[in-house]
Amino acid sequence: MVTPLCAVALIIIFSNKPNLRESWTILASLIKFGLIVFMLPTILDGKVIECAIVTVLPGLDIKFKIDALGIFFALTASFLWILTSFYSIGYVRTLNEHAQTRYFICFAVAISATIGVAFSANMFTTYLFYEMITFSTYALVAHKETPEARQGAKAYFVFLFGTSVAFLLSAIFLTYYATGTLDFSNQGIFNDARGKGLSDIFLIVTFGLFIAGTSKAAMMPFHAWLPRAMVAPTPVSAFLHAVAVVKSGIFVVVKIVLHLFGINLLAELRLGIVLAYCASFTMIVSSVIALRQDNLKARLAYSTVAQLSYVIFGVALLTPSGITGSIMHIVIHAFGKITLFFCAGAIYVAAHKTKISELDGIGRKMPFTMVAFSLASLSIIGVPPLGGFISKWYLIKGVIEAGEIALIAVLVVSTILNACYFLPVVYKAFFKELPQGETTERKEAPALMVVPLVLTTAGTLLLFFVPSIFLDLAKMVVAGLN
Amino acid sequence: MKLIHEFPVLIIIIPLIFALIIPLVGRLNRILPWIIASTITFFCFLTSIFLLFTVLDTGKISYWLGGWEPPWGIEYVVDYLNAFVLAVISFIAFIVSLYSGRSVEAEINEDKQLAFYSIYMLFITGLLGIVITGDIFNMYVFLEITSLAGYAMIAMGRKRDALVASYNYLILGTIAATFILIGIGYIYMATGTLNIADLQERLPALFHSKMVLVALAFFTVGLSLKLALFPLHTWLPGAYTYAPSVVSCIMAATATKVGIYAMLRIIFGVFKIEFDIHFIPIANILIVVSSMAIIAGSAVAITQTNLKSMLAYSSVGQIGYIVLGAVLANQTAMTGSIIHILNHALMKGALFMVVGCIVYKTGIEDISGLRGMCKKMPFTMAVFTVAGLSLMGVPLTVGFVSKWYIAIGALNAGMGYLIPVIITGSLLSAVYIWRIIVNIYFPDELPEPELLYTDGGTEITDNDTYSEAPWSMLAPTMVLAVLCIYFGISATAPLSIAEKAAVMLSQ
Repeated sequence: MVTPLCAVALIIIFSNKPNLRESWTILASLIKFGLIVFMLPTILDGKVIECAIVTVLPGLDIKFKIDALGIFFALTASFLWILTSFYSIGYVRTLNEHAQTRYFICFAVAISATIGVAFSANMFTTYLFYEMITFSTYALVAHKETPEARQGAKAYFVFLFGTSVAFLLSAIFLTYYATGTLDFSNQGIFNDARGKGLSDIFLIVTFGLFIAGTSKAAMMPFHAWLPRAMVAPTPVSAFLHAVAVVKSGIFVVVKIVLHLFGINLLAELRLGIVLAYCASFTMIVSSVIALRQDNLKARLAYSTVAQLSYVIFGVALLTPSGITGSIMHIVIHAFGKITLFFCAGAIYVAAHKTKISELDGIGRKMPFTMVAFSLASLSIIGVPPLGGFISKWYLIKGVIEAGEIALIAVLVVSTILNACYFLPVVYKAFFKELPQGETTERKEAPALMVVPLVLTTAGTLLLFFVPSIFLDLAKMVVAGLN
Repeated sequence: MKLIHEFPVLIIIIPLIFALIIPLVGRLNRILPWIIASTITFFCFLTSIFLLFTVLDTGKISYWLGGWEPPWGIEYVVDYLNAFVLAVISFIAFIVSLYSGRSVEAEINEDKQLAFYSIYMLFITGLLGIVITGDIFNMYVFLEITSLAGYAMIAMGRKRDALVASYNYLILGTIAATFILIGIGYIYMATGTLNIADLQERLPALFHSKMVLVALAFFTVGLSLKLALFPLHTWLPGAYTYAPSVVSCIMAATATKVGIYAMLRIIFGVFKIEFDIHFIPIANILIVVSSMAIIAGSAVAITQTNLKSMLAYSSVGQIGYIVLGAVLANQTAMTGSIIHILNHALMKGALFMVVGCIVYKTGIEDISGLRGMCKKMPFTMAVFTVAGLSLMGVPLTVGFVSKWYIAIGALNAGMGYLIPVIITGSLLSAVYIWRIIVNIYFPDELPEPELLYTDGGTEITDNDTYSEAPWSMLAPTMVLAVLCIYFGISATAPLSIAEKAAVMLSQ
């Protein structure tokens, strides 16, 4: 947690010496990952690490609790941070970006805030770090300082900060008022406080506020910030909009469902099913929108919107398999989508192309990148032997357990749509002729960028063959609920 | 008798005496008045801290002026509430005095500088007096001292508009004072005493008297005018905008806070909460009015282009929060309101001091003057960011703490519909603050910079050069910003005092 913040100081100090500055970033990411791995066995033993930092005011503490779900998310984020750090260095140096110091500082702050969300023990700490992510990534989205970047960043801020203050904060007020606590509990705070005579209407309103407030999860109609935030440099889009920002939003939703309300209560109020249908709507509609995008990053963005809703969908089923699937999808989608974004960035750096219609035959020029792209998109579609299959398998199992057969159709349609928007890109890259005047000579992006994306692709494969650590953690979460 | 026992009166007398001494000795040396003002306010600060700890140790302190026993003589009382407010006021006064040196040099005519320090001391005397006195007429007297000093200080602004603003304030301030005086007259007629403790005892029996009702009405209107509660705020924006920056700082951070203290003391201390709720619906009226203040003040702030008047309207909104917390009349909300006296003083003081620094360096008061200043004045801009985020109520800053208490208080009072008001207020403040923060760090177009020199191919322009305000201004500003964070992360210390004060008031 603190490591990246120390890194911030060092980055500032060494801002004039690029090599030294970047080595701090790398070092911090490695140390952080090391620390999290170090804690892993303890968590796998079924223990929980708790530590209270400071009492802001009576009843509101900044407190951390490292449990299976938290370490699951932290492990994903911190591992991908290492790769992104390398990739970022390659990207910003090749393009000779300005304000690199600010870039790395904000990156480090964002990642520590993400880990903060992962490890928080109560809703207040979560909220705190949730806002911190918004503020620190604002600078990254606005990084280019062009009018479009400013517009995008503005939309980003209005959506994320606006909804979190308007809805999430109100919901937190209501929660504290009704239950007198914000500490996450395994059965759900509201479930524990049933005896206090809370009316159904009150619970439904609060739940609605919570879901509307976590607009980082990009569920329609609160998704509009995500495509617009794609003005950011590609490593930012990759890491923040495939991992840190959106996944922390999703993570908060999962926390709300499991630890604030509790699956029993939501099942009783039938809110889970409502949420699942909302998520289905987002899945289908945003996939359709993705079909129509010619800008590669925009297509990926809408695909992200759809994929995030898979996670919400799974947890909203409120069944063990559904929850397992949805938690698995956090890591699987993270690996898949970060690869896709890395590829988009590599294409931009090597060939300065951003549109799908320009990608004819690019597979011959950038074979590594495009093979990675194909594998990652297959994983997202859910084809074995790639990670995506596992989460989809569990999700379908979850639907059957929940007895909502109609929802299987949703999954099927959505999968077909996924294939429709990814496969043409792959087809174009490998089977179409290069535009006239371009040679087939190999021209990959710098190694600093290609190696990370190859590694993340390997990750998606590995997740299919050896998902055990993640799967164990996901199962522990489910087991902990009872 | 030990000197320590005389502290409650010394805190008033010392600045009063030095208000007279400054014009005499100030002719000897130009910086002497500044040194005296800082020393004296520092003394006041130490004294008030001492009083605060004494109160926390031993409970209420009562001091009889001239040894005359109340209700015949004037009594000075220090309890949890005013010990807290005293500490806030004298701390801000000290910080602003430190800051004033260079700013006064730059913004006030040379022939008026001596007068400024003298009046400044009178102003502080008045503020501390209002807070410490236990006699309602004495309170009125100090209120007038503060107001008269305030009119004079505002009129010292560089522009001619300052005179108009000061005149406006003079008229409205006088009306307010008259209303308060009439209120005092009525309760004196009803009870025959002016001592606040006595009034507390005698009034409940007279709650059915029409005279007492009328007195409360007069007090409410008079005090609302003084503390600039919407829609009686019209004097405030002009006064803050055209006054010299130092004056805006001290007025924004302390004068309205003292007004709020007086309101708490009279409406909840002298009259009781049951009276405010059951006999006339004054609390309900004030809830509506203060909600309007939160929304309207913040909304109007968005439309302003002058930095100072934007902050002034934002103050109108923030005052709405304090009053709202107070009139919700339960312990939690009142704690929020009292803690917001400190919190708002910190953040608004810091913001106005930032404006002072910018005016000192560039002479620009417009919002556009901040464009791309992050390289030129990095520290000042960092302070602006921190204080601005506090104003938005972001967690880990003081703004969040008070907002939390007021919101939970509103829920406890069964008025959940006030949550949207509170939230809208902070969203609106996010609009006007964030707009500026973005402009500081991600400017859209910089004014054509002056090329200073070329350094190995990179052009170094006017916009990139570091040119920060002097340390005597910067350091106090940064102290406030650091406190904005410190009390946002660990609010337990001031909260425990505020909570005790709230318990005392709601009994």
